[in-house]
Amino acid sequence: MNRASWNLWRAQVAAILRLEIKKNFLARRGIWIYLLALAPAVLMWVHAAMNLRDHRVCDLGRDNLIFATMFQFFYLRLAVFFGCVGVFLNLFRGEMLEKSLHYYLLTPVRREVLLAGKYLAGVITTSVIFSAGTALTLAAILIHVPRATASQYLFAGGGVGHIVAYLGTTILACIGYGGVFLLMGFLFRNPVIPAALVLIWESANPFLPALLKKLSVIFYLQSLSPISVPAQGDFAFLAILGEPAPAYLAVTGLLLVACVCLWFAARKVRQLEINYGTE
Amino acid sequence: MSEHEITFENVSKFYGDVLGVNRVNLSIPPGITSLVGPNGSGKTTLMNLMTGLLRPTEGRIRVLGVAPDQPERLFQFTGYCMQFDSFPRGMTGYQFIYSYLRLHGKPHEEVESLTWSAIERVKLTDAAHRKIAGYSKGMRQRIKLAQAIAHAPRVLVLDEPLNGLDPLVRAETIALFRSLAEEGLHVIISSHILHEVDAISDQVVLLSSGYVVAEGQIHGVRTEVEEHPMQILIRCTRPSALASRIFELDTVVEARLHNDGKGLLVRTRDPDRFYLMLNRLVVDGVDLESVAPADDDVLSVYEYLIGPDGGSI
Repeated sequence: MNRASWNLWRAQVAAILRLEIKKNFLARRGIWIYLLALAPAVLMWVHAAMNLRDHRVCDLGRDNLIFATMFQFFYLRLAVFFGCVGVFLNLFRGEMLEKSLHYYLLTPVRREVLLAGKYLAGVITTSVIFSAGTALTLAAILIHVPRATASQYLFAGGGVGHIVAYLGTTILACIGYGGVFLLMGFLFRNPVIPAALVLIWESANPFLPALLKKLSVIFYLQSLSPISVPAQGDFAFLAILGEPAPAYLAVTGLLLVACVCLWFAARKVRQLEINYGTE
Repeated sequence: MSEHEITFENVSKFYGDVLGVNRVNLSIPPGITSLVGPNGSGKTTLMNLMTGLLRPTEGRIRVLGVAPDQPERLFQFTGYCMQFDSFPRGMTGYQFIYSYLRLHGKPHEEVESLTWSAIERVKLTDAAHRKIAGYSKGMRQRIKLAQAIAHAPRVLVLDEPLNGLDPLVRAETIALFRSLAEEGLHVIISSHILHEVDAISDQVVLLSSGYVVAEGQIHGVRTEVEEHPMQILIRCTRPSALASRIFELDTVVEARLHNDGKGLLVRTRDPDRFYLMLNRLVVDGVDLESVAPADDDVLSVYEYLIGPDGGSI
């Protein structure tokens, strides 16, 4: 790979990003993704507004735990999961259905570069949407806490670290699930089947043997969550994680899962044929 | 040789058990080449194969020496206007051409200039900043054409490019194809409109049920259809007198008076010899006005080789 090729690929990826990001953010069929991403924030802001109206003092510890539970059991497992289904499965499949993918394939772009550009666009889109959802929810918690308590939590109680960990985990979730669903988009025509299969696999994670646990995205994501949810109550069965992976291993594992999926997807995209009649 | 031609070597394409094209051997030189055949004959499959949108089940394809599975090289010099009337959502004509041209890795100024040049060439300057969704069928067809020619390709593949165009624009578009061919481009066209194919093609490829039935310059193809003797229309005075002399030639298999009574339709197995002999046959009092082949065209060749019911033509 020489410098000229690298510069060309960079310019081509930038051109793909310009096309894809606008399309991803403004797609009408993607409105439900915004709703999923903002649902916890809306709930938390309503909760904050009611507390402020009634002059109730917020229990930061309790709200943090509620957020941790919501983050692990709703946000990562369902919101980010289905958001990535909606974005990444449609990167190629959606354009096949709209009969417009050929415009990309008729340009002097290596198929692998096209794949990388589209994947990157998907990661940027989902990361921005879901990180914004996470940040807005955390803001709602902090807004109705007395300023001194909030400062204490942020700068002496590890709050900044928690926020970075939540945002980082959200982005890693988009990277991991993005890779999985990009590949699934090549393997299946009907997106419901791969989404259901992956959802079952991810949900069964707490009950899997230690080795199989590591072949899922949620295992690494839960390992990265800054506040662990106690194994009690309605979600107890989901909280059983066994031995969580260390952070460095969790990040590496997630990136590895994404890379393996991208490698297989690159093989598939190289063989991709346009035959709209059969779609 | 293959550096200057598009070659198919024993190419077959099957969609599962369904035949797309079978054992195609072709060599397409510069100029306008028309792919002619009924629906399902394999025209679009051939075009998709040569642009890498499909992969051959067997055989080898080279476009000016480049394999179609190398898009990064192929589409530096190839443009393809597909038949599908579909576009990325929400784009104006200008954005459509500009955005995909940026994928060539060229800088903004050059891409902008190429974009306007292509838009002007298809006469859509006034509508360039309107959404494609609001274009008429003919305008959509033209903006697709502009997209295919925007990077100044040496090979231009056009699947049903005249569909939806009104007669005036159709004539202008055909003139554009001619000028591109005169610039040395390979222009490969599929069309159902045979008289237009006849008027613009330098060579034709006749397809039926996935097989190449005939290829080459239309006159050469017609000459090879030996089971149908060439038909020649002679416009003259006293055609019946001429007919009686013409029957003396052993190359003539049929001669009949034209419906309007002002000419003679002759069928001959050796038209070159017939033309040589004709002057000697002309009798006193018969004035020849014109002599011209009557079935030396794509429509006739198509009917002879594929049949009048060969599809939706």
